[in-house]
Amino acid sequence: MATMRYAEALRLAMTEEMERDPNVFLCGEEVAQYQGTFRVTEGMADRFKDENHGLRVLDTPISEAGIAGLVTGAAMAGLRPIAEFMTWSFAILALDQIVNHAAKILYMTNGQIKVPVVFRGPAGTGNQLSAQHSQSLEAWYAHVPGLKVVLPSTPADAKGLLKTAIRDDNPVIFMEHAGLYSQRGEVPEDPNFTVPFGVAAVRREGKDVSLISYSHAVGVCLSAAEKLWQEAGLSCEVIDLRTLLPLDMDTVLRSVQKTHRAVVVQEEWKNVGFVSELASRIYEGAFDDLDAPIERVGGPFVPMPYSKPLERAAIPGEEDVISAVKRAVA
Amino acid sequence: MAKAATTEHNVPSREALQGLDRATLLRLMHIMLLIRRFEEPCDKYYRAGKMGGYIHYYIGQEAVATGIIPLFQPGDLMITHYRDHGYALALGTDPKRVMAELFGRATGVAGGKGGSMHLVDVERGFLGGYGIVGGTIPLGVGAAFALKYQGKKNICASIFGDGSMQQGVVHESMNMAGLYKVPCLFVLENNGYAMGTAVARHSAQTDFVKRVTAGYNIKGESVDGMDVLAVRAATNRILAQMRETGEPYFLEARTYRYAGHGYADNAQQQKFYRTEAEIDKWRKRDPIEHFREQLLAAGVTTEAELNAMDEECKAIVADAIEFADTSPFPSPDSLYEHVYTDM
Repeated sequence: MATMRYAEALRLAMTEEMERDPNVFLCGEEVAQYQGTFRVTEGMADRFKDENHGLRVLDTPISEAGIAGLVTGAAMAGLRPIAEFMTWSFAILALDQIVNHAAKILYMTNGQIKVPVVFRGPAGTGNQLSAQHSQSLEAWYAHVPGLKVVLPSTPADAKGLLKTAIRDDNPVIFMEHAGLYSQRGEVPEDPNFTVPFGVAAVRREGKDVSLISYSHAVGVCLSAAEKLWQEAGLSCEVIDLRTLLPLDMDTVLRSVQKTHRAVVVQEEWKNVGFVSELASRIYEGAFDDLDAPIERVGGPFVPMPYSKPLERAAIPGEEDVISAVKRAVA
Repeated sequence: MAKAATTEHNVPSREALQGLDRATLLRLMHIMLLIRRFEEPCDKYYRAGKMGGYIHYYIGQEAVATGIIPLFQPGDLMITHYRDHGYALALGTDPKRVMAELFGRATGVAGGKGGSMHLVDVERGFLGGYGIVGGTIPLGVGAAFALKYQGKKNICASIFGDGSMQQGVVHESMNMAGLYKVPCLFVLENNGYAMGTAVARHSAQTDFVKRVTAGYNIKGESVDGMDVLAVRAATNRILAQMRETGEPYFLEARTYRYAGHGYADNAQQQKFYRTEAEIDKWRKRDPIEHFREQLLAAGVTTEAELNAMDEECKAIVADAIEFADTSPFPSPDSLYEHVYTDM
């Protein structure tokens, strides 16, 4: 074990996998010479500069659709690319390549052409980045058959899930959270360490209410759970889904069958959000076990505002989770 | 340009047939005839409900695929759009399995999952036909990137139409191809129309070679896409150069689509955007007829031999239809197969 930041864990995962498999390469805007917009790729260009015509860590023009298509085509021809988006907000420009090409090519070719590509970069809200840089769009991708959707919440998961993503033969949507890049944690140094997809983590055990979340919101749930225990004696179980596709409903349902109450939490717009799907699946799988309606916590239905107090009101926080739990147990 | 260069005794010069041997010349004719005979009966089966979705015909453009594709070497790759029957047939994909795909049968090249627009033949390097105009251009650049990355001497051919030239991602991709110098052969099949919109009505710059060479630092040229030998000669030279340099190239083939854009774009619909006279003018330059005249004039073959070849192609197509129509539909279980490699 070593203590490192989430961003460093991501870099370690990529570096290890590139050392392990010469077909893995990384490209994106400012990933090489500039050392990465969030320093996630710092030092990597230098480490691999002499290999494969200098193409292993590659700076690209600001061409998101072109980047997504280039890596998809490279994957179809046998490579295992990692494409970094400077933020997932810019990946909207690449949706045709991701949704209409990368996700569907295996199916359209009846299994003959696989697309082992990782699309990664920061997502999520915060830092007064306002409407066009601050949002959580994971539900869009979780809606699409053919994609896997991964949102790590800890440095160890950042490393372990990214390594699994790079080794996966399907296109993986890997959404980091800019607000987690500097978070420190224990990370296994073993290069064989990976975290499997489709296995949720119980981050805190509890018996009264299940808080189900992923990415940065897991931390919000954990602090809310601690406060609820300290102040109200309520015991909350906190589940980190880790991957939305595949989705580990077994762990979720087991928890709800124990607590009989569920609060689903994420930063995204609540309207047609992933937590709505999650709530439906809980109703389908554990309706008779529920003692209260499921509470959904999500963002208000507004583009992200700039001004600090407005932004604070637009990102669900600890207080929103606490209120939802109190409604659930009322 | 339309007619073969001839001597004063009306015997085509060796140059006109580019020194190609008889077997090669007849093979090219066979491919063009097969493509045409393959597509001709499709309307009938479409109307009968044996085929569905969208179907886009290649008739009129046969010289382009036929001039280019037989020059591929093992390890070369190709990716293209939805007007893709001609490419698969030129590549040597089994016509039975192509027809079965159009019929939506389990024996089709994509197991009935793709249909007319989404043919594929991985064994022969054909990475597939795709349905989003311009959407394959970055994929082709990516495949060429992989070839360079792996240190291979192969090329990836990326074939598309003039409508593609106005998609934003094409600008992005050609820029990257020129920037990274990857062995992508861009083949623009300029058939004059983006669906029903003529080139002059969709492109501020109608000289596409000028646009690409100036804009992306990629070498390029234009060729008569109705003349199979001209297309072949240009491609031969270009591929030799690309295998040497590993750099991209842009080849515009000027050709013409006799049929509408797709099945729904019938004769009545086409009156809104083009005239019978225009279609007739291009038909007079028909690539198959033109090549037939060249071969006969040069004494390479006889009417009887060409007629027999034509009958053979019709028989191949009849067999393909029989195979397709008697093949099973995909099993219901296959609905969920190949969404993922592992789940």
